[in-house]
Amino acid sequence: MASRTAGHLNGAEPVLTAHAVRRAFGPTVVLTGVDLSIARGEVVALLGGSGSGKSTLLRILAGLDGDASGTIVVHGTAAVVFQEHRLLPWKRVADNVRLGLSGVDAPGRVRRALAEVGLAERHRAWPAELSGGQAQRVAVARALVREPDLLLLDEPFGALDALTRLRMQILLRRLRAEHGFAALLVTHDVEEALLLADRILLLDEGRIAADLPVDLGATRTPDDPAFGALRRHLLDRLGVPTT
Amino acid sequence: MSRTQLLETPTEAVAVAPADPPRPRSTRRWRRLVSPVVLVLGWELAARTGVLAPEKLPAPSAVLATGWRLSRDGTLAVHLVDSLTRAAAGLFIGGVLALALGTVAGLLRLGDDLVDPPVQMARMLPHLGLVPLLIIWVGIGESLKISLVALGAFFPIYFNTYAGIRDIDERLVEVARTCGLGQAARLRHVVLPGALPSLFLGLRLAIGAAWLSLVVGEQVNAQTGIGFLMMEAREFSQTDVVVLGLLVYALLGLISDSALRVLERRMLTWRRGLRAT
Repeated sequence: MASRTAGHLNGAEPVLTAHAVRRAFGPTVVLTGVDLSIARGEVVALLGGSGSGKSTLLRILAGLDGDASGTIVVHGTAAVVFQEHRLLPWKRVADNVRLGLSGVDAPGRVRRALAEVGLAERHRAWPAELSGGQAQRVAVARALVREPDLLLLDEPFGALDALTRLRMQILLRRLRAEHGFAALLVTHDVEEALLLADRILLLDEGRIAADLPVDLGATRTPDDPAFGALRRHLLDRLGVPTT
Repeated sequence: MSRTQLLETPTEAVAVAPADPPRPRSTRRWRRLVSPVVLVLGWELAARTGVLAPEKLPAPSAVLATGWRLSRDGTLAVHLVDSLTRAAAGLFIGGVLALALGTVAGLLRLGDDLVDPPVQMARMLPHLGLVPLLIIWVGIGESLKISLVALGAFFPIYFNTYAGIRDIDERLVEVARTCGLGQAARLRHVVLPGALPSLFLGLRLAIGAAWLSLVVGEQVNAQTGIGFLMMEAREFSQTDVVVLGLLVYALLGLISDSALRVLERRMLTWRRGLRAT
């Protein structure tokens, strides 16, 4: 099993450091040896084609895969948002957000987290009563309420419709500006990666094939010519013809 | 033709509407009562006119009168309490055992390998067919009746506990782990509520099996209980008491099932999601 150490966050240490992460399913080697590190407050997008092992890598980093090898050091706390909302259907929205929290201030923290994703008045609803976008916002609140130093996002908006996805991307940008958490965003959506990330990692053939900084400024739009150039470059690297 | 035009010509819309409006649900419910009532009335009539010999099948009114007589002198209550005690004791013993073994087999791989095979094999035995063997083992007293009920209740609860735990979405357990929940907290917040619908189903089937086992068990050398009441009445050709016993068994089944349904609706509010507030 990959050794995963958690420690306190201090100074300039990276929030997450992974070294020589390897994972095989039977004879198929999915990750051949991944090294990566994420600095405090840095948003890193992990791009890769279907089956490139990006979700596998995120699961390993989240400590959910017992059969991987390598070293992972997490300084601070981490929270995960999955592609599906994964709310417990038998708990009301507020209780889902509160899962695993303790302390007298827990109800207040839950209320604030729900307010931040714009669902304060839905705290008594059952998950079955929510739309897909609302449920995913609750999942984001469930991660936020833990005040994580690192947010692990596994294609968090992949199952949403295009309009809702845009709204969620804006929400995530706002939350990140307010809380300053670091994040690893697993996605196959090049535009999403360019909109949200400070740095983009390309996963190919089981290793990090490219490490590209995204110098587009805080208020970036797809209309920016630099955005378009980076997008074409990334699609090219992913083997998608752009002309 | 555009939609606005349709709205401007309501006469046309009326013409399209079905000529026969759907019957309200209450009408249907009343209609469903017709044939049972006719049957009971026919039975009563046949008994009164002598078509049905009273020693073969007494009139429903006679059965009710017997029920009233036996309730007033307390006989029915004594037997009913004894039957209920046996059912409760057997359900409790069988249920607790099934819950424990089902949980062990559902949660632990070792438990699954050790517990499940013998249970799967034993399931093939019709438990009511074990009466002769049980008489040799535990005699013909109270323990026989309780053992039979416990055996009947065990299997539905075991299988539904096992299946309920196995069917829990692994991804929800993962979420609980990422939220920092330990083993015990995961059991409480994810496994137990997730398995609850199955547990209810198991309990309902178990209660049905318990009544069935009781009917058989109480016909073996019982001194009390509804089954004894019926067997004794048969000796004296009191057909009304026999029919009354059947009616009591049916009512017990009906009442326990409805009570459990109500409990289930209350505890599983989340399943009705959209209708609940």
